[in-house]
Amino acid sequence: MSNPIRVLIAKPGLDGHDRGAKVIARAFRDAGMEVIYTGLRQTPEQIVETAIQEDVDLIGLSCLSGAHNTLFPRVVELLKAKDAADIKVIGGGVIPSEDIPYLKESGVLEIFTPGTPTTTCIDYVLKNVRK
Amino acid sequence: MSNNMEEIRQNVEAWEKGTVAKTISRFPERKNPFQNTSGFEVKRAYTPLDVQELDYNRDLGMPGEYPYTRGVQPTLYRGRFWTMRQYAGFGKAEESNERYKYLLQQGQTGLSIAFDLPTQIGYDSDHALSQGEVGKVGVAIDSLADMEILFNGIPLDKVSTSMTINAPAAVLLAMYIAVGEKQGIAANKLNGTIQNDILKEYIARGTYIFPPKPSMRLITNIFEYCYKNVPEWNTISISGYHIREAGSNAAQEIAFTLADGIAYVEAAIKAGMDVDEFAPRLSFFFNAHSDLFEEVAKFRAARRLWAKIMKERFGAKKDKSLMLRFHTQTAGSMLTAQQPDNNIVRVTLQALAAVLGGTQSLHTNSRDEALALPTEDAVRIALRTQQIIAYESGAGDTIDPLAGSYYVESLTNTLEKAADVYLKKIDELGGSVMAIENGYMQQEIQNSAYRWQQEIEKGERIVVGVNKFTIEEGAPKGLLRVDPSIGVKQTEKLRELKAKRDQAAVTAALAELRQVAQGSDNLMPVILKAVKVYATLGEICDVLREVFGEYQASVTI
Repeated sequence: MSNPIRVLIAKPGLDGHDRGAKVIARAFRDAGMEVIYTGLRQTPEQIVETAIQEDVDLIGLSCLSGAHNTLFPRVVELLKAKDAADIKVIGGGVIPSEDIPYLKESGVLEIFTPGTPTTTCIDYVLKNVRK
Repeated sequence: MSNNMEEIRQNVEAWEKGTVAKTISRFPERKNPFQNTSGFEVKRAYTPLDVQELDYNRDLGMPGEYPYTRGVQPTLYRGRFWTMRQYAGFGKAEESNERYKYLLQQGQTGLSIAFDLPTQIGYDSDHALSQGEVGKVGVAIDSLADMEILFNGIPLDKVSTSMTINAPAAVLLAMYIAVGEKQGIAANKLNGTIQNDILKEYIARGTYIFPPKPSMRLITNIFEYCYKNVPEWNTISISGYHIREAGSNAAQEIAFTLADGIAYVEAAIKAGMDVDEFAPRLSFFFNAHSDLFEEVAKFRAARRLWAKIMKERFGAKKDKSLMLRFHTQTAGSMLTAQQPDNNIVRVTLQALAAVLGGTQSLHTNSRDEALALPTEDAVRIALRTQQIIAYESGAGDTIDPLAGSYYVESLTNTLEKAADVYLKKIDELGGSVMAIENGYMQQEIQNSAYRWQQEIEKGERIVVGVNKFTIEEGAPKGLLRVDPSIGVKQTEKLRELKAKRDQAAVTAALAELRQVAQGSDNLMPVILKAVKVYATLGEICDVLREVFGEYQASVTI
């Protein structure tokens, strides 16, 4: 029961800006979670495969290039197709607020935009993952 | 008037113990200690004691003279203002062409092309990895046909063009040369810059394709080709901008940028060039953050350090080889999604820092860029910000106006020394390429980025509208949206091109490219040949991927 939450921080698509991904990865780790980071340029397929192999509770997707509407829902879809819908998905990056309802309808649990304190993300994960 | 140091020292001491102590006992200071972004303590006040080691002739000199601390041009903005160059591009070549013409009409004086990620990573728009990315962060360019549209009606002998392209820079440069030819403009009349700085891609920006060794070959091939054929071209823009965006502090920005510069100089010398053949065409690219004085000092320190490195380490003889010329962009990472209008003020401060620091060209960010690509209105305000600084503030009327400020000179010395410590460390690690391969710079940057975030969250660093003076806000309206069907349209264009072009010529050009890539001849002529018969960017890069392999980043958090 007291196993730490396992998180995969992932960079889907071609966007190379991973300052935020790395900061959040470190903040999650400092908060006691086990964190794996995929590195850049992952396809949704690769991300889902890693998530299943690593048996994570949560995938945190980061994207600043504007490709989130294509890439984030695809990750959720693939998780369902692989019978791994228990793995939860959150996202972050430069994401216009008008896209957020669509992403949530597609099954992304929460979207965190620039300026969000890491503590807000941590609290969210502690409350909503494995509840 | 007395400049007796002992007297000044006594005066300062008496002031601290008397006047200051009395005040502090009643009104404590806001912080203890005050620190700048590089982690150096900022003193209560600066006096001649802080610049005792400064020798005017040795350390500053006059503008346009060694060591260029006061600027690389003898008259700077008294002759003409910096080039106002807004980084722009989105969608297809058609939309971007329209935006460039708009910006030129509004008084912009140079072009700066943003390419989309597939273009930057050498994929055509129909590649599986391009899905969702086509035309998003820049313009999609698949072939010379797109490039012809991009510059349609823009005479390449009248504007200078900066292209933010790195891993496939040789291909885009070839396309630019080919467009010039079609407009009847010889290559030796072309003026502009390709970023072409692969090392910072491994460190901070992530749009690499090939491993370091062949990447360095492509870069030195460009140096050599341009020296002979495109002599006015800036063959590289060695970029600290992205290093800073990834989270470095100001001292690290200078150090890691110059360390990369050193690596390029060494590679070109090793490839057989004389330092004075290519060094005059090296240019730089820095970030401008909001800590005004630290930023001004950063630009001055970088200039002095580079001049010394080129002269003392590489024995460069030409004045131009010693000059650090740079473009500046205001800090994207300092923009906030909250209360976006505040960004106009941030950008003004940052732009002023760049101007007081003597930049040669400037991009000012738009207020909405933490949310989306800038709208036309937002980019016009950003451009107007530069124009107001230029025409109304008087900041350009005298050169290096902050010279002689005890604080700025002390800070310039401090930053130069701090950067030099890093440079020595990188030398010990075997140079920039080795330091990147073992993750040294990436780790240093990540540590700084994390520290910065923690400082904001603890309230030690205030970001207005984010951790202080916050308000409830509705969703911002009127953001730019890139047409989501653009990937399909661009793919369609590509299919038509492939049906129309001389396929045999393309096959032959790609075969020749493969052969040259396997050997050691300069790649530029064969790339130019392939581009002219409308081989696509993806096809050309695929051949090079086959021969060179792809870079695999080692990941650490």
